[in-house]
Amino acid sequence: MAEFGPTVLRVVRAVLGPADADDAWSETFLAALRAYPQLPAGANVEAWLVTIAHRKAVDVTRAAARHAVPVADPPETGAEADLPDLDLVAAVAALPPKQRQAVAYHYLTGLPYAEIAEILGGSADAARRAAADGIAALRRTIGANR
Amino acid sequence: MNDLLDAFPVEESDVDRLRGRLAAAAEAEGILDVAYRTVDTPVGPLLLAATEQGLVRVAYPNQGHDAVLQALADRISPRVLHAPARLDPVARQLDDYFAGRRRRFDVPLDWRLSTGFRSTVLHHLATDVDYGRTASYAALAALAGNPRAVRAVGTACATNPLPVVVPCHRVVRSDGAIGNYAGGVEANRTLLDLEAA
Repeated sequence: MAEFGPTVLRVVRAVLGPADADDAWSETFLAALRAYPQLPAGANVEAWLVTIAHRKAVDVTRAAARHAVPVADPPETGAEADLPDLDLVAAVAALPPKQRQAVAYHYLTGLPYAEIAEILGGSADAARRAAADGIAALRRTIGANR
Repeated sequence: MNDLLDAFPVEESDVDRLRGRLAAAAEAEGILDVAYRTVDTPVGPLLLAATEQGLVRVAYPNQGHDAVLQALADRISPRVLHAPARLDPVARQLDDYFAGRRRRFDVPLDWRLSTGFRSTVLHHLATDVDYGRTASYAALAALAGNPRAVRAVGTACATNPLPVVVPCHRVVRSDGAIGNYAGGVEANRTLLDLEAA
């Protein structure tokens, strides 16, 4: 399980942004530790962890929506300042949730769309389309900014 | 979109910090079944692992630390985390031992990886063969109540889950030669020389 620590951190940063990522990572691995003895032998641990991370991220987003007023533009300084490609990070943050999740789960972990469909609900084709739409949107945004 | 991976870099230090936090939270919640760390010693980096009951495993580098951790996950619990704090007392005592300042270890031991006659042998070894002494396999067999079980004593020592702390390095052949030691002949020689000094 420890080997997937970096991957899960990458995913929650992409899905939630850097501010909430640490908490989501911690809650994901604590929940995984609690449930680990019930995990069937031979299960795909990475897919299982991303599934838990997805649920934690949804919880965090819902909690944030209850407490905060949405900000129109992602901030360009502060916590994200040391990230290398602000355009791309901001563009990912601006994607609709399902596209952002599909892109993160497929391109940052390499999970197949069948697994991603299990996580997001819906079909593998729908997950593939969401990722493709997300990537197309990222290309447009970045192309327009450069 | 290979840029995506570069856009979300993950520093080793970030993951280490989070793992530390996770270990503390898991310990507080009582779901840290096996904590482990390594310590540098004159016989190489030793892997130390402890359950909530006590020290459960000490492993030499030649035993393959990853393989040992996997075996702990399989035999005890998959909840295995790098969590040095639980092992601080034994790590300090090992430092003192290798510096010649300590002659016996005073930490709780979890004997679950050793059963039956092997466990009997190791218990006798831990209590009856003092620092700086040696015992033959045959003498230890007699101490354990089965003088004919010399080969079984050899196996008990070779599979000792707690080398150094449970002193299999003090068990030698009847002619005084070093036997089959988990950490290898060199390590065994180093420990005997240390204790003879």
